[in-house]
Amino acid sequence: MTFAVVVFPGSNCDHDSYHAVRHVLGHDARFVWHKEASLGNADVVILPGGFSHGDYLRTGAIARFSPVMKAVADFAAAGGPVLGICNGFQILLEAGLLPGAMLRNRDVRFHCEHVGVRVEQTDTPFTARCRQGRVLNIPIAHGEGNYYAPPEVLETLERERRVIFRYATADGRVGPEANPNGSLNNIAGICNEGRNVVGLMPHPERACEPMLGSTDGLLLFESVVDALTAGALGGGR
Amino acid sequence: MSTRAFAPEVLEQHGLTPEEYDRIVELLGREPNLTELGMFSVMWSEHCSYKSSRVHLKTLPTKGARVLQGPGENAGAVDIGDGLAAVFKIESHNHPSFIEPYQGAATGVGGIIRDIFTMGARPIALLDSLRFGPLTDARTRRIVKGVVAGIGGYGNSIGIPTVGGEVMFDESYRGNPLVNVFCLGIAKQNEIIRGQASGPGNPVYYVGAKTGRDGIHGATMASAEFDDRLEEKRPAVQVGDPFMEKLLLEACLELMKTDACVGMQDMGAAGLTCATSETGSRGGVGIEVDVRLVPQRETGMTPYEIMLSESQERMLIIVKRGREAEVEQIFEKWDLHAVKIGEVTADGLLRVRDGGTVVAEIPNLALTDEAPVYRRPIQEPEGMAALRQIPRNGLKPLPSAEEAFLALLEAPTIASKRWIYRQYDHMVRTNTIVLTGLGAAVVRVKGTNRALAMSVDGNGRYVYLDPRQGARLAVAEAARNVACAGGLPIGATNCLNFGNPERPEIMWQFAEAIAGMGEACRALDTPITGGNVSLYNETDGTAILPTPVVGIVGLLEDASKALARVFPAEGLDIVLFGANLGELGGSEYLLTLHGLLRGQPPVLDLERERALQQLLVRLAADGLIRSAQDCAEGGLAVALAECCFDTGGLGAAVDLAPAASDGGVDLVAATLFGESASRVIVSVEPAATAAVLEAAARAGVPAARIGTTGGDRIRIAVEGTTVVDVDVRQAERAWSSAIGRQLDTPVA
Repeated sequence: MTFAVVVFPGSNCDHDSYHAVRHVLGHDARFVWHKEASLGNADVVILPGGFSHGDYLRTGAIARFSPVMKAVADFAAAGGPVLGICNGFQILLEAGLLPGAMLRNRDVRFHCEHVGVRVEQTDTPFTARCRQGRVLNIPIAHGEGNYYAPPEVLETLERERRVIFRYATADGRVGPEANPNGSLNNIAGICNEGRNVVGLMPHPERACEPMLGSTDGLLLFESVVDALTAGALGGGR
Repeated sequence: MSTRAFAPEVLEQHGLTPEEYDRIVELLGREPNLTELGMFSVMWSEHCSYKSSRVHLKTLPTKGARVLQGPGENAGAVDIGDGLAAVFKIESHNHPSFIEPYQGAATGVGGIIRDIFTMGARPIALLDSLRFGPLTDARTRRIVKGVVAGIGGYGNSIGIPTVGGEVMFDESYRGNPLVNVFCLGIAKQNEIIRGQASGPGNPVYYVGAKTGRDGIHGATMASAEFDDRLEEKRPAVQVGDPFMEKLLLEACLELMKTDACVGMQDMGAAGLTCATSETGSRGGVGIEVDVRLVPQRETGMTPYEIMLSESQERMLIIVKRGREAEVEQIFEKWDLHAVKIGEVTADGLLRVRDGGTVVAEIPNLALTDEAPVYRRPIQEPEGMAALRQIPRNGLKPLPSAEEAFLALLEAPTIASKRWIYRQYDHMVRTNTIVLTGLGAAVVRVKGTNRALAMSVDGNGRYVYLDPRQGARLAVAEAARNVACAGGLPIGATNCLNFGNPERPEIMWQFAEAIAGMGEACRALDTPITGGNVSLYNETDGTAILPTPVVGIVGLLEDASKALARVFPAEGLDIVLFGANLGELGGSEYLLTLHGLLRGQPPVLDLERERALQQLLVRLAADGLIRSAQDCAEGGLAVALAECCFDTGGLGAAVDLAPAASDGGVDLVAATLFGESASRVIVSVEPAATAAVLEAAARAGVPAARIGTTGGDRIRIAVEGTTVVDVDVRQAERAWSSAIGRQLDTPVA
């Protein structure tokens, strides 16, 4: 099983995703430079965190023009599993693979801390191993993670059960006290209509080893391995 | 010399004395032109030449079995096993951070990161040592917010975690905050690159951002005091571009995997002048560059401006002849400029051309090794003896122990720094195994079983009251913090923040502090591998507290044995290592509760300190202790609280023997809040307590079981009488919200 980790010049969590997949989980992982037009033989695509092109304009705004993004869109259209983490999520929004946009955090400050992330839906390739309602302990690290979408889009997302993760307290309560950035409906992650493209602001790759304080992030990677092993998904091959 | 080619005002604007000018003429054998004058001015500035500090710095220990690179390079390096080196340094960006807090701090981070990857090391950790004025001051609040945002803005973007540091607040930093940034990277020992040019005929490359007019005379600015003309100095602050630096970092590290690079140096203070003359003089060669070839983002720049610009994110690279295409290809991949601007020569001269015209020609050594060295006059300030007395009649009515305890937890220097560090990405690269907060930060070294512990410390109050003792205490505390995490201290770096060296009282503080630092570094076997001196930290003639900051790096053979500072469980025995002498001189208690900065700082027995640190490292490796927390500002009571905070409300109950003295104030206050050195609170499984106490006795470290963890209250008794009894969560709320509460106060 091969994970492709897309590398933009300002990606900085690329090594962390690679490390989690390769050294913790023991699967093949390879970096794909953003100027490449092909994802090769990837079974899963990860758009990692970072500041893709400096992001002085708007997070992810320039990354969507990179040649690799055409390949990512084709891969997604063919049903291949795509995970956008933090800046990767922002890029998926800018590229139109997921709906909505990111605003600056409510308090206009960067937040780096462990938060509670409640799993809302388990019928995506990245959450199949989770129990619905389980609160994962996963860190966030972002300045623009305040998810926004127009009312009708938000309504569609909720109706189609496409909100996959919400910020919550450790005992599963969703409310303003658990919302680190002001996201509408405490949204931490969503999926596309096909449910194969998932974006989230928290960093599961930072929660894959006991030494780092949590292993809850492993569930996302293990889920997609399960899904692919079961042969339920398409892909770019 | 009777007549000089430049008017006295011109020399003054360049920060050069008439004597220094005459020396330039002597070294050149002629009068310099204006470009040359500018080049001398930046290279002979205090910031670049260390002219006032050098004679003292030479007395510091810089060698040791693990030292791979001592002072004099872009950064120091120590052997951490497995063929790897830890490359690290600390540097100040004080003056720019006061003028423009966000950019000043951001470019401080950018500068030290370049120093590390210039050596061929991948930077993996940043720490900051910050000093600000009181938070009641509106301007200070603005500076704090700007500096924190700037540090985060740069570090977060480039993807190097800010894993720790420390912050203190004091009136003396109101007009002159300190921003000291520490960076550590990992390199293969045999791939360390030095800032040296060699091989006449080898091409000299300029890579990275284009050159603009920003930061001209930044080094000269950093070597002068502030006054009411502050606003005029804003153009001398540079603007940082972390994305550009990220590209530069990746491209340079990719280049170093080839062997096409002879030497590399970043263009920081004094820009192109410094990078060319230092690489040339270290390698004993000459360098010739043509300023017309330098990529420029403004038109009409003069050779003077190009040679002195401090535009950020630029590097000078000396490449092996014949390997140019390979080098250019790597930089092209990262969309960076890599332009050949000159070559190495054999004549030892720095020759600057503007197309066909030679516009400067100076022996490299004249700019570097031949810079003036001053043994400036030293005079102990008057009244030091009186300062070291605590005046009984100056004390306010004594608060109860509990009132004092709660007041200390809210004092900004002691209160939680979470408002600050949550704005820093402290986890990126997934190596951070002891999360930031207090004490040392610990990062694992991927690909090995090891980890590195790092701490930066320096209590300016102690140094003010007794510079020699204060500096010894700074080294001891940084090393103790590292040992508390389980790390064996193996190397040090220093950032020496002082006032105007031309004042004999300041120079006395400096000389005494260096002497003390040397004593402690020798005793604790932590050689100084590099660092930075920041003088002229004064505003309108008032100096900061003398603040030598020490960064210590410690090695853990087994990353899984890293110790946390907090109590991990209930039902553990609490053991205190070290003797409680009841010393309140220079304490946070005296300052916060009585408004006094007086007294004698704590005594320090370096032999005993070393024994304590070695004991901690051994006990951590053997898995005999579960947590360890140093006693620092606020003493034993505050340290105990710090062990209970961030645990979800785990309490502790202790019964203390009275301190050996009342500290000139009060026995209970001295017992709880005295700041005696060489003390650590550890938690131990009850079954292991006897073994721990025995090990301490064998090591000659005083040790006593003082209580147990558990419950939801912090209870402190002295000889059976309870003096503090508070709810952990309530105390923690006060401690964790104090700084945010003050910072979010609207500006009056």
